[in-house]
Amino acid sequence: MIDSFRITLRDTVKDARGNTFGAKAQKKGYKVTEIRTAECYLVNKNIDQEVQNSVSKMLENPVFESSVLDSSNAPADFDYAVEIGFLPGVTDNLGATVREAIEDLTKQDFDYPSENVFSSTLLYISGDISEEEAKEVGLLFANDLIQRISVKTKDQFIADEGMDIIIPEVKLDQAPSVDQVDLEVSYDELKVLGKKGIKNTNGTYRGPLALSVIQLHEIREHFRNLGRNPFDIELESIAQTWSEHCKHTIFANAIDEISDGLYKGLIKKATNDIRANKGDDDFCVSVFKDNSGGIIFDENYVVTDKAETHNSPSALDPFGGAITGIVGVNRDCLGYGLGAKPSLNRYGFCCGDPREELDLYRQKNKENPIIQPRGILDGVVGGINSGGNESGIPCPQGFVYFDKRFSGKPLVFAGTVGIIPKEIQGHDSSEKKANPGDLAIVAGGRVGLDGVHGATFSSEALDSGSPATAVQIGDPITQKKMSDAIIREARELYSAVTDNGAGGISCSIPEMAESSGCGCRVDLEKVPLKYPNLSPWEIWISESQERMTFSVPPENVDTMIKLFEQRGVEAVVVGEFTDDGQCRVDFNGETIMDIDIEFMQDGWPRQHLKTAEVEAKELDVGSEKELFSEPKNYTATLNELLSRPNICSYEFISKQYDHNVQSNSVTKPLQGPGRVNTSAVVSKPVLESNKGVVTSQGINPRYSDIDCYHMAAASIDDAVAAAVATGANVDYLAIMDNFCWCSSDDPARLGQLKKAVQACYDVAVKYGTPYISGKDSMYNDFKGFDSKNNPVHVAIPPTLLVSGLGVIPDVSKAVTLDFKIPGDLIYIIGETKEELGGSEYFDHQGHIGISVPQVDTDIALDRYRKMYQANQDRLLASSIHVDRGGIAVSLAKAAIAGQAGIDVNIEADDRTDFHLFSESKSRFIVSINPDNKEKFEALFPESINIGSVSDSDNLSIQSNNEQIISSQIKDLTDSYKVTFKDY
Amino acid sequence: MTPKTLILSGYGFNTENETKFCFDHVGVDSDIVHINDLISGEKKLDDYQMLFISGGFSYGDHTGAGKGMANKVLNNLRDDVMSFVSRDTLTLGVCNGFQVLTALGLAPALGEAYGERQCALLKNDSNRYQCHWTNLKIQSEKCVFTKGMDTLYCPIAHGEGNFYAEDDILDQIEANDQVAFSYTENLNDPLLPTNPNGASRDIAGICDGSGRVMGMMPHPERAIWFHQRPDFGKLKEEYLRAGKELPEFGDGIKLFENMARYFN
Repeated sequence: MIDSFRITLRDTVKDARGNTFGAKAQKKGYKVTEIRTAECYLVNKNIDQEVQNSVSKMLENPVFESSVLDSSNAPADFDYAVEIGFLPGVTDNLGATVREAIEDLTKQDFDYPSENVFSSTLLYISGDISEEEAKEVGLLFANDLIQRISVKTKDQFIADEGMDIIIPEVKLDQAPSVDQVDLEVSYDELKVLGKKGIKNTNGTYRGPLALSVIQLHEIREHFRNLGRNPFDIELESIAQTWSEHCKHTIFANAIDEISDGLYKGLIKKATNDIRANKGDDDFCVSVFKDNSGGIIFDENYVVTDKAETHNSPSALDPFGGAITGIVGVNRDCLGYGLGAKPSLNRYGFCCGDPREELDLYRQKNKENPIIQPRGILDGVVGGINSGGNESGIPCPQGFVYFDKRFSGKPLVFAGTVGIIPKEIQGHDSSEKKANPGDLAIVAGGRVGLDGVHGATFSSEALDSGSPATAVQIGDPITQKKMSDAIIREARELYSAVTDNGAGGISCSIPEMAESSGCGCRVDLEKVPLKYPNLSPWEIWISESQERMTFSVPPENVDTMIKLFEQRGVEAVVVGEFTDDGQCRVDFNGETIMDIDIEFMQDGWPRQHLKTAEVEAKELDVGSEKELFSEPKNYTATLNELLSRPNICSYEFISKQYDHNVQSNSVTKPLQGPGRVNTSAVVSKPVLESNKGVVTSQGINPRYSDIDCYHMAAASIDDAVAAAVATGANVDYLAIMDNFCWCSSDDPARLGQLKKAVQACYDVAVKYGTPYISGKDSMYNDFKGFDSKNNPVHVAIPPTLLVSGLGVIPDVSKAVTLDFKIPGDLIYIIGETKEELGGSEYFDHQGHIGISVPQVDTDIALDRYRKMYQANQDRLLASSIHVDRGGIAVSLAKAAIAGQAGIDVNIEADDRTDFHLFSESKSRFIVSINPDNKEKFEALFPESINIGSVSDSDNLSIQSNNEQIISSQIKDLTDSYKVTFKDY
Repeated sequence: MTPKTLILSGYGFNTENETKFCFDHVGVDSDIVHINDLISGEKKLDDYQMLFISGGFSYGDHTGAGKGMANKVLNNLRDDVMSFVSRDTLTLGVCNGFQVLTALGLAPALGEAYGERQCALLKNDSNRYQCHWTNLKIQSEKCVFTKGMDTLYCPIAHGEGNFYAEDDILDQIEANDQVAFSYTENLNDPLLPTNPNGASRDIAGICDGSGRVMGMMPHPERAIWFHQRPDFGKLKEEYLRAGKELPEFGDGIKLFENMARYFN
């Protein structure tokens, strides 16, 4: 019997957390006067009273904290005590740290997991509220999918001397078992098997395999030839490997006339064609074949890039989804070649408008409501904050985009740029290969039920059946310890490394074997577990976080294990690489899986996808100009546009992400004294080199409502133009594609996808910007109910995020977007057309329109090259790429950023608003030193000098010499910043 | 003598590389040493003249920033560290390193009570991690690290930088000339608060009574080059138009020069 004890720590001086919690509860309308907070650590281990006292003393900082053992240090006044703790099995980072500290103090190890430490947070709430409301207040700071909440009145709390002791241990009663699955069953039964998973003896299902009947037939055929049924672990393993999430079947299958499929036939082909066109100037090192893509940085280094999405988990637990997204993509960087060092992170969030609340539930009768957009936004922002900051990786670049249709399933993008020496120990660092005889080592976190069925779950639409175990909490410090060990000390010890991402070791080990042309054998009982009694199939496919797989020559194994141990990282040998092409898994000496790796990796049945033509959008009226009349007050319209969520400042996010760590930041996420968000930044990833990398992003989901070809083209163009504006060379720029689609079994959606991918080929090849990596997420649909039990299907607008990665020779030539010096001349470069379809301005007026911006790649490419020349000649004092909101918004942003007035005059046709707010692509607004006028105009004869930076604090815009906008910079600044001011 | 710096690493510290670069730049040898290698005895503090406790998130800030690492030091290296500080050495804790320093009681160490916790870094008033550049005023005559410097422009990046001590402690820190840095207005960033976290008396960094131990929340090692300044774009234009050459280095490097100079 374990006699547990509890330590409670409370900040009795300021308790800033309590203050912000109280303010949030009040804002939500609860009659709360004050919230005080405390931290509890429940230690489930027999420890002498005296040692308990020293533990308590060790944890307390006497300057501002009070600590008590097994009693209460509650404030004098409060009405309710609310405890928020984790549910069994949820990663508890605080608990783990305290456990380690106690072990270090007592020099005595815990018999983990039966002896453990569990953390919880106590809220002491004062106010005129009911017990039920006290619980609701608690839920503002918790997610009941992963946390438990208990409430006591003050009297109860005092009578009981605190909250009840709850030990959230995982108890799995059933002994681990291995079952065979009978595939010789009816079509309908196979359908249920694919959708709901393998049936347990008690009638419940294990969770979706996401296998179609066609796929199950293929598997049945394979096992018929082997003369047996598959074991559960074999079927689960194939389901993981063949999942849309892992195999990208929609991009891989033949589609209409494209027999190679969208990926090979267009995306990869674009890269191949570009590399051939570039010849000796090709800068690609490793594309598509590894966890990240890599391009040449300089003669000594390669720079890598990768962007992922973590959408489904983020809908259920936004914080957990986002943090595991960012630390997950960090591992894609660490898993490049022999291990690249993460040098910068980027992010992107597509959510519902956080100012709105929606009536959506996953089940009927108002059961299982969605997390409202504000909760999603707060959670995902916090997840990247924690994951990125704690990992010591700067996060200088990202975006937010809002549309109601992202409310059921938000999109969370996470990207990581890395840097790696070109050679490690005389070997090409991009090459790796496990050799037969090498041992398979898994390092990092332990395995639990978290993340079981993550990959198959991502391949399905979100509905009431979505499994809670798909939710995971990240542990950035465990990964940071592993990352430091890899980058600083271990690279020379292993022959290959890869991330354990989707599918856990069931994907990483066989994939490594396959890419190395060998086989593998795993002893599953050697995998360290968070708690006992997991079934072998669960251990095999679990996506528990912060783990990586290494192949290590036998002579280095001891050194490798010892090194990790010295760095506080658990690493174990779980198997070996063989030469027979089989993936064999043993559990306690019994073989429970023996599959041909080629079948596993490549045996999935190909389909020939057919698309349906998408009808072109039409107007109800003769022309877009008839949709609504010209605004009477342009100053008001401009200020309104600046406050729109897709245009306004998201400084609250930028400011909570460290962009300076690693000392590689050059241009900032917020530019100028007015602190305006930018869509491209320059960093300097190698301290000794003056070379820089430019990172940028482009995304235009609303354009999909009109045409997906132009949506994709515009997104690529935006990513390229944003990079060029800050100093990138279009001839040394790589890009990545992240497709997020919906209802991908619908031929019309596939038709849109095909158009978008065609644009990806056309534009990239024209610009010479190769794809070096990419990812897709094809089922971003929400299926549920409203409060009246009407079924609701919310599909996201088809979305493509394009990320740019360029290398520039001299970071000091980077240009920021803020107007800088009075008297500087302001120019528009690029033609403004009447292209307002899908624009922010049309949306503001309540319309979509049809005239979606179209990219003229010939003109644009020439302009981008000249921009680079202008940049190299230091002709540009400021430069901003014109995107959402058009010329007027871009002028305002540059003026706000510089806190500088401007006087400009534009020549518009009959509709000035169409000219001011058109989103025509490939345009820039720049300011230059008047001394450079001649040189500049010689380079850009088509540019228009619209005015100059003034020494006033007023933004003045004339149209055809008639004053239409006059606004104080201070007012514009307020309009730009007001929307998320209190976020 | 040629001094040598130990840059402490492990468990979530993260500014070691750029710090090593700074020491290299000012001609000081430095080693990035994992704390477990100090505990195992593979490396010895005695072999070093300077100790740099890095920024970062040691132990993920769990249980309070700096606490986990301070406990690790106290449980294993207490005597070594105390003896190091008592020698004629320099100790600098930046950000997370400052949080560790205060939890170890190495600064302000009023009354030479090394080991006694006299101040702490609480959660920012906003209860949120904040990252932006700050302007720091320097007044201390005593502090070895800031000799000849009036201001320092460099970034903060922390969630728990809210300097706190009881009033009489604050009075003594001020009276003993132990305020190394205080946040001050920056005209180039008019929209940012002067005091980013609610720190008592705007204190951003303090030293011990000898001036050889210093802790600070802002990051000098992230202000190495002139082009890292957020106002670089505008300054660059002004320099170019005035026909002046662009400075190469930022403010932060001066602090490392002072450290190198101390031993010369």
